Amino acid sequence: MALLEIIDLAVEFKSRAGTVHAVDGVNLYLEAGKVLGIAGESGCGKTTTMLSIPRLLPRNADIIGGKILFNTENLLLKSEEDMEKIRWRQISVIFQGAMNALNPVKTIGSQIGEAIFHHEPRVSRADVSRRTSELLDMVGIASARSSSYPHEFSGGMRQRVMIAMALACHPQLVIADEPVTALDVMVQAQILNLLKSLCAQLGLSMILISHDLSVIAETCQRAAIMYAGKLVEQGRVEQLFNQPAHPYTQRLLRAFPNIYAAKKFLVGIPGYPPNLVNPPLGCRFFERCHVRLEQCKTSEPQTITVEPDHLAACHLLRETKQ
Amino acid sequence: MNSPLVRVENLQVMFAMRGGLVLPGKAPKMIHALDGISFDIQRGEILAMVGESGCGKTTLARAILRLITPSAGKIFFNQRDITLLKGTSLRNLRRHMQMIFQDPYESLDPRQSIYELLEEPLLIHYPDITQNDREVQVFKALEASGLHPAREISARYPHHLSGGQRQRVAIAAAMILEPEFVVTDEPVSMLDVSIRAEILKLMLDLRDLKNLTYLFITHDLSLAWMISDRIIVLYLGKIVEIGSTQDVIHHALHPYTRALVSVIPLPQPGIQKQQIILEGDTPSPLDIPAGCRFLLRCWKWRQLNCPAVCKEKEPILQAYGCESHKVACHFAEGA
Repeated sequence: MALLEIIDLAVEFKSRAGTVHAVDGVNLYLEAGKVLGIAGESGCGKTTTMLSIPRLLPRNADIIGGKILFNTENLLLKSEEDMEKIRWRQISVIFQGAMNALNPVKTIGSQIGEAIFHHEPRVSRADVSRRTSELLDMVGIASARSSSYPHEFSGGMRQRVMIAMALACHPQLVIADEPVTALDVMVQAQILNLLKSLCAQLGLSMILISHDLSVIAETCQRAAIMYAGKLVEQGRVEQLFNQPAHPYTQRLLRAFPNIYAAKKFLVGIPGYPPNLVNPPLGCRFFERCHVRLEQCKTSEPQTITVEPDHLAACHLLRETKQ
Repeated sequence: MNSPLVRVENLQVMFAMRGGLVLPGKAPKMIHALDGISFDIQRGEILAMVGESGCGKTTLARAILRLITPSAGKIFFNQRDITLLKGTSLRNLRRHMQMIFQDPYESLDPRQSIYELLEEPLLIHYPDITQNDREVQVFKALEASGLHPAREISARYPHHLSGGQRQRVAIAAAMILEPEFVVTDEPVSMLDVSIRAEILKLMLDLRDLKNLTYLFITHDLSLAWMISDRIIVLYLGKIVEIGSTQDVIHHALHPYTRALVSVIPLPQPGIQKQQIILEGDTPSPLDIPAGCRFLLRCWKWRQLNCPAVCKEKEPILQAYGCESHKVACHFAEGA
């Protein structure tokens, strides 16, 4: 039974330039206790898709279709009050760059305590302070430092605080948006190891959003690749990295250096993603694709099962299958 | 062997700590940003400099470009001592060395059109050339950086362009004076991966075309491996290891380098690798420990039961194995 299932999700943004079709027909699932990775370029819709789950999208965004089933209940039909009970207690988020948004005039401990108080108003003060120290301990910060201020912490330590805050109300699902971007390599490894061990230790499920395929390869069991608002490929990481089926995934993988492979020069993908105010009629990757067919320009590719649990949306796959 | 384009000898940079109460008769606290740095950069070479934030990478680049004046040591460019150059001679030097910055969203003046941006260095360094010649050069630089059609692009402002295009403009601006030496400070870390490779390719093509020499600053070891000829590893203002890219990545000698290499994420799932995770962050350059600077985070020191020599004596950078591969560790050995 999947913990989370996203069916045909579509999200639009109203902007001055017109309606942006940011996410279009995304289907995805996550099993309990697993880590799912979402990758893609900036603006491909990965954060929009994931913030639709706790319904934390900005005001100019509209979820115009689809279902999000969490423990078999459709979150899109819930009232705002009900969502408030689900946020943090069942689904929490480590926002991108939020470690730089900690309140500079409040101690770390009081900011974690605030998260607990907000979602569980009836909890006692003693309980909060005990839980705060436990949380800090869990993310590898001495609990005596709960009276420190954010400026006394390094970037890596502040990110640990953000993780503690996300775990404050024992969620089942944590959505981590670029949790290691802008951190040093060594700190990056520390944080990824911490997230992995917390998932194992607490039986957490996690969605890891990252533009870095190497980070996803090392942390996740399944992964999905998005391009221009569409999900182009998903599968177990072994399938996705060893036999990528979609031309975009193939090209994206060649843009990452691998120090243990032969030194081939990286290949970029010429061009830019399409404008999502007027998305192209056919395949959205058409303009940049190196193996495109005539039909790709006008007809949109359907998602095809390449192997069990490995899906991709490309006309070429149907051609080769027949 | 030809003489090196850049030579750095025993370079030291110190900053006075700002703030706090300065009592009479009490010297302000000094930050030792760089200490005893010596190396060469050969003509046509790409030398990568890696290390964590705060290790002194950017300070070193700024000192070489003479954007700051070093506290001690010497810098030679084309065998000429440029350490204390001033005024006109310093300005004349500037056109031979340029810098490409990390963030093309901040490094380009939003109120200047692309044309004005590229014209400005020509106006400063070659005030005598005609407007026609300037235009030709601006368009040539844009085309060479892959921005077509140049005339149309040059009329735009930075906010009209994407991140990749902006970085191409920054490259064009750095190249317009035809420098010999270019320092690039994390030139692709702000860009999407699909754009990254294109920008790197452009930099390599320009090197081949114009026999450029690059100092490539990055925290990404796999990127350094991809594009450089040699790598310098900095830790807390000191070189801990220097050598050919192959040697530094695949036969790392210093415990710090070995840890850095071990945590490079790979785009390949299921590889079992022995990660060496260092605890904590780089210590502050305000109170540098005596002996080896890496001591407090050194896994090897603990493995060897904490030998006293590491605490007492600062290791010097010396050749190990071959002349070109140097390491600063009392217990250097390969993996």
